Formats: sequence, C-alpha cells, structure tokens
Amino acid sequence: MTRVVIDCRRLLCPMPVIRVQDRAAAMRPGDELEAVCTDPGALNDIPAWCRINGHAVVEVRSAGGEHVVVLRVAGG
Amino acid sequence: MPDARRKAAALVSGGLDSMLAVRVIQDQGIRVEGLNFYTGFCVEGHTQAIRRQDQAKEKRNNALWVAEQLGIRLHIIDVVDAYKDVLLSPAHGYGANLNPCLDCKIFMVAKAREWIEAHDFDFLISGEVVGQRPMSQRKDTLPVVQAESGIGDLLLRPLSARRLPPTRPEREGWVDRERLHDFHGRSRKPQMALAAHYGIVDYAQPAGGCCFLTNEQYAVKLADLWRSRGERRYELDDIILLKIGRHIRPAPHYKVIVAREEGEGNFLHGYRKQYWSLRPLSHVGPYALIDGTPSPADVEWAAQIVARYSKGRDAPLVTVVAQDRDGAERELVVRPLAPAEIPAEWML
Repeated sequence: MTRVVIDCRRLLCPMPVIRVQDRAAAMRPGDELEAVCTDPGALNDIPAWCRINGHAVVEVRSAGGEHVVVLRVAGG
Repeated sequence: MPDARRKAAALVSGGLDSMLAVRVIQDQGIRVEGLNFYTGFCVEGHTQAIRRQDQAKEKRNNALWVAEQLGIRLHIIDVVDAYKDVLLSPAHGYGANLNPCLDCKIFMVAKAREWIEAHDFDFLISGEVVGQRPMSQRKDTLPVVQAESGIGDLLLRPLSARRLPPTRPEREGWVDRERLHDFHGRSRKPQMALAAHYGIVDYAQPAGGCCFLTNEQYAVKLADLWRSRGERRYELDDIILLKIGRHIRPAPHYKVIVAREEGEGNFLHGYRKQYWSLRPLSHVGPYALIDGTPSPADVEWAAQIVARYSKGRDAPLVTVVAQDRDGAERELVVRPLAPAEIPAEWML
C-alpha cells in the first residue's frame, strides 16, 4: 500500500477535487491519498467525489486553517 | 426498445436542465457518466468559499451534488489553459459582456467528443433547450455547435429532441425518441413539471448564472486587467483575484485589491509572495495587495487607500505595514484618504 500526499493549499474548489481525481487515477486499489487543502469547500467536495466514484474516505481533519481529507482508492 | 448496452456521457453543469437530461436517458436504461468542465470562470464555489460571512452556509459543488443524486460518476476536467483561446478569440463573438457563449459551448462539446472517443462511449447528451438562451441555445445555433465541435449527430438533447432532427441514437434505436421531450423557449415550467415528475425538489437555480463572464461588473474588471497590461492575457490567479475584494485603480500601472472582510483578507494573504501587500498596524483594517509595478510613492498612496478602509479612517494618521515580494517590510505613517479623494472611476 502506498500513501501519497498532495498539496492543494490555496486552490479553490473544484481544483482540489480535480487534483485528487487525476492523482487517484494513477494509483492502485488500496493505496491512500492525502489531500491538504485550505478551501473548506474541499471538506464537502472531496468526500462527495469519493462517494460517487466508490472510494472510501478514511480520515477528515481540520486544524490551523488547513483541511485534510484522506481517501483509500477503490478496487477495479 | 432502447439499447441498454449503449453508454452516454452527459454535460453536467450542476443546474436543473442537465440533471433532467441525464434522468430522461437513465429512464431508458442507458448508463450515463457526467462531464464537467472547469474554465476558471465558474461561479461554483469560489467566493462562497472565501468570504467568512458565508462560511456558515453549506458549501457544495452542484455538479458533484447532481451526480450523486443521479447515481452517476462525474469527471471534472480542468480546461483553464485551453479555454484561453475561446475567451480571447471567440469566432462567434461575445454576448452582452465578455461571455463567448456559443464558442464556449462548441469548445465544451468538442472536448466531450474527445472524451467519449477516448473512453469508448457511444453518444453525448446535454440539457440544452431550443430557444432558451439568446446565443448558444437558438434553433439556428444548435446545429452550429454540432458541426463545429465535430460531434455531429451523436449529440442528443433529450429535453428538446422532438423539436430537432433525429440524431443517430434515435435513428439507430439506442434511445426511444417518443420518450424524449419537446421543450422550447425561455419558460421554465416544463422543466419544473418534469422535476416534480421525478420527485426532484432540490436543485440549483436555472442555468446561465454559472459563469462570471456574464457578470457585467466582472467583465469590467477583466477588461481593465487587459487594458492595464497592454495585452489580452491572463493566468488562473488573475481571474480568481478579480472575484475577491474591492479593486481600485489609481493609475494604469497598478491597482489595489482591498479585502472586504476577514475571509478575503486571509485568502489574499496567500498571495503575499507574488504581490506587494499592505496591512494597517495602528488600527484594525483590511489586508490588501498591490497588483502591478508600484513606485515608492504609489505604495504610499495605496497605503492611504487602505487606511481609508481601516478603523482609523477618521484618525489624522494611520500606520500601515507595506511588504514587498521578497518579504521586506517597512512602516508607513499616512493620512487616510477621504472618500471624496477616491474618484468613482478608480473603483472597478
């Protein structure tokens, strides 16, 4: 299992979703992707994108003006 | 009997029309996936996400929300760079402001055509309605979109299909034309009735309000940006900053962007290494950026503008910290400008 962190700070939605989408497409099932964002909209948008694409959100946390969403890439 | 083996891609804006178009085709057993193109000018998300006073409101991306309601996958595609040619040189011209609606539609359909070819989908659907929009959804421009995008008769408009020549999905029996619609004109009543039929009660406002380029005030600021640079070019940061703060241009070579509230100030702070920045020190006041190439006298003038929007606006002097792009700071003690000293033509 690989874990990748992507920096989405200062990006406004939907750019964090696009970054997550494009990075996840190159990952294997079971890999984890951590997106570090500053747009609080990402707290809704990335999980929504995960739900419609079958990926699992494994962690969401916010601190110091930064919002982190961790997802596990779906199989198949 | 529709052909359930067929797959359709749909242009999903997040508005009601595209939502209904997808639903109509899903009703025929066709698998649909959504495409949403991000140009940088989308109203979606941006200012709501920045302004602190709006942060209590639920923030959602309507295209994602619609996709979830419909149970379809959604592919959001970054076309910020490719879109520049569309905006800067629209073959069919602009609408009331800087909105190149017909060229924009042709561009998006062409991009969608590339996507369906690359992903082995059979046809494309959109929520367009004949006669609904003055530029891109007229009976005489709908065929232009098909011809110039290269999609031809693989573009099906389920809400108006029965007013249009049969497309290939209809002729080949992939979809049942009789179960498509004949909506036309600007009335929203048929869409609302269809939404009620499907039990759809929560949806974004009607399409058309989703692009900043149709906004007169935004278009003025964009035209000013190009004029000040002496050329029509932009980067994503430029067009996002046009959505934020008060834009005040005292001279052609620089303008001041003053945050209107804390959320905007926090956002502008993220640009402090790319622009000169200003913040009042002696009084509570807004964060501001200077876009351009200011002289020392210009920076002082900009500080007086910022002081005018601070709590020290009625004080004789206000201390403002000016920071250059390298992070070097200096304190300026300035007299706040009176409102009458900021001419209306400076306000973009």
